[in-house]
Amino acid sequence: MLRFVVRRLLQAIPTLFILSILVFAWLRALPGGPAGAMLGDKATPEKIADLNRTLGLDQPIFVQYFKFLGRVLTGDFGSSLVSNQAVLDEIGFALPATIELSLTALLLAVGFGIPLGYLAARYHGRLVDNSVVIGTLVGVAVPVFFLGYLLKLWFAGEGLGWFPPSGRQTTGIDATEVTGFATLDGLLTGEFDAFGDALWHLVLPGVALATIPAAVIVRITRASVLDVVNEDFVRTAESKGLGRQTVRRRHVLRNALLPVTTTIGLQTGLLLGGAVLTERVFNWRGIGYLLAEGIERRDYPRLQALILLGAVVYVLVNLLVDIAYGIIDPRVRAR
Amino acid sequence: MALLEVRDLSVVFQRKGEKPFTAVDGVSFDVDPGQTVGLVGESGCGKSVTSLAIMGLLPRRGNRVGGTATFEGTNLLSLSDNQMRERRGRDLGMVFQDPLSSLNPVISIGLQVTEVLQRHRGMKGDAAKRKAAELLDKVGIPDPTRRLSEYPHQLSGGMRQRALIAIALACAPRLLIADEPTTALDVTIQAQILSLLKELVTDTGTALVMITHDLGVVAGLCDEVNVLYGGKIVERAERHALFNHARHPYTHGLLGSIPRLDAPKGEKLVPIKGSVSDNIPWDNGCAFAPRCPNAIDDCRQTMPVLETDGPGQLRCHNPVELADAVREGAR
Ligand SMILES: Nc1ncnc2c1ncn2[C@@H]1O[C@H](COP(=O)(O)OP(=O)(O)O)[C@@H](O)[C@H]1O
Ligand code: SF4
Ligand SMILES: [Mg+2]
Repeated sequence: MLRFVVRRLLQAIPTLFILSILVFAWLRALPGGPAGAMLGDKATPEKIADLNRTLGLDQPIFVQYFKFLGRVLTGDFGSSLVSNQAVLDEIGFALPATIELSLTALLLAVGFGIPLGYLAARYHGRLVDNSVVIGTLVGVAVPVFFLGYLLKLWFAGEGLGWFPPSGRQTTGIDATEVTGFATLDGLLTGEFDAFGDALWHLVLPGVALATIPAAVIVRITRASVLDVVNEDFVRTAESKGLGRQTVRRRHVLRNALLPVTTTIGLQTGLLLGGAVLTERVFNWRGIGYLLAEGIERRDYPRLQALILLGAVVYVLVNLLVDIAYGIIDPRVRAR
Repeated sequence: MALLEVRDLSVVFQRKGEKPFTAVDGVSFDVDPGQTVGLVGESGCGKSVTSLAIMGLLPRRGNRVGGTATFEGTNLLSLSDNQMRERRGRDLGMVFQDPLSSLNPVISIGLQVTEVLQRHRGMKGDAAKRKAAELLDKVGIPDPTRRLSEYPHQLSGGMRQRALIAIALACAPRLLIADEPTTALDVTIQAQILSLLKELVTDTGTALVMITHDLGVVAGLCDEVNVLYGGKIVERAERHALFNHARHPYTHGLLGSIPRLDAPKGEKLVPIKGSVSDNIPWDNGCAFAPRCPNAIDDCRQTMPVLETDGPGQLRCHNPVELADAVREGAR
């Protein structure tokens, strides 16, 4: 197992290396540059050239790249051109917010997706099934930001007012920061009002972000269960006279979850994309927020770090999925 | 009294917007305790559907089952789902055709054996494991304790089928139904599995319903043979009678298509011409008529009924004459 993990991580290194080159080139190919964005209205060609010289952007691109690479290898991604803060500090500050949101969405998607998919398959062709299938069709089709605005409109602020419309915490609440994960901090410090408050803020963005992956998980679970119930080994299980629950859990669901696991992994990758939009709608100060601001301002150092970070997360998530897959499928473990 | 009495069993599949299809049509047969009964016929004649109907394993929707299957005085077809779950695995065991797909790929062999022991015998933990290893040992799986923690893909085809036999016999059922248990295996392995089955049912006194399309399989195993065509029994005979003087033209066709070790070199196998799809429905005459070398006019007008014929039973207007049959049998 350890060897497998190490091998997979080593395999990721060349990928990350190539990606770093592509990102570097792609950013510099974008129209406009950080100097133009920083100077705004006051930009004149001379001022822009000046600023570019200060930022080192006048040098040939491969010189810039090797300087960048040299610093990255020592763990320095440079400072943001927007905030002047070290990029890694910025990310470290925003990351817990995004992880908290993404995990919430993932839990919602899995927690609702698998049972609903299973129910639909069990009542195949009946009202429950048809309703769920139609629900998923709507679910995958609604754009995240549109759903986000709808949820806000209906359930927050001027609507029913049940949930806060934006942010991670009610301003002025007395919360002690320990890990940066607002819910976890509330629990760790015993400030349960802060915990509840953080949870409350997570509901709407969590639901908005969870909708698409939940719909996809429902559909895959449903299709997979419908396949598995016709498998010969399920008939064998029935021929043993096992209880209905045992047949369902041990024989049907366990096998049906194999393709679902892969889907969850893929959806986690997409979740990162959805998080950018959701964070924007709900004014959620996370990675997506940094990214959107970084793109507008052509903040090269920040964007380079964020995209590489995204790739690392993607590699790790897929590794986790493969490990999970190995745990539930012995045929994979053997390889 | 017979252990299992099947009377007038019929299964009709009915899908929405499709014509009803009668897969099993008025099938009756008995199985005595400890007896081995064959159910023989080409693919599609209704063998599997018959056995699944008896086991209560047909798909829950889209079919109608008629008749009775009385096991030790209880009509299995009238039992509720829960009552059937009590009996399956305990009183009735079943072995299927494809051992790889019939085992759950993600669960250890051990659990697949012990779960049935736990279900019907209440055995758990080490006791169940010891018993499972004992069962694997009995079906000839070497190193059974180690096998318990292995998965189906780590076993060979023959070993998998042995494991499935161990599972089916784990709770010492009084009836075992084996649906083409050797069809998916290599020829050499087939013989081993057949002799294992024979040995086990003889040792334990378990009655066996042996389903096969291959009369060769029946030859060494069955006391009595039911030949099925188009969902109906067309001939029933004791094994020797069947091999020595089969009367039904279809049975003859099947006999002609078994390879014989003692056949003179160069003698060709005579397969039955046509295929199961060249059928006419039974109510317009004999379903076998389009393929039958003996067919006469009557065969296309009235349905033959199953009638007593010497010690056996026969459904045919123009059966093979005994003298011919004996001559052919002696060939
Ligand atoms: N679930 C089902 N739905 C509709 N038709 C079926 C179903 N199962 C079997 N049949 C049909 O019933 C007939 C008998 O099938 P089966 O008993 O499996 O044949 P075999 O003798 O080869 O075991 C076939 O024509 C088959 O197509
Ligand atoms: S009834 Fe007629 S067609 Fe049918 S098997 Fe007998 S001889 Fe052949
Ligand atoms: Mg069959």
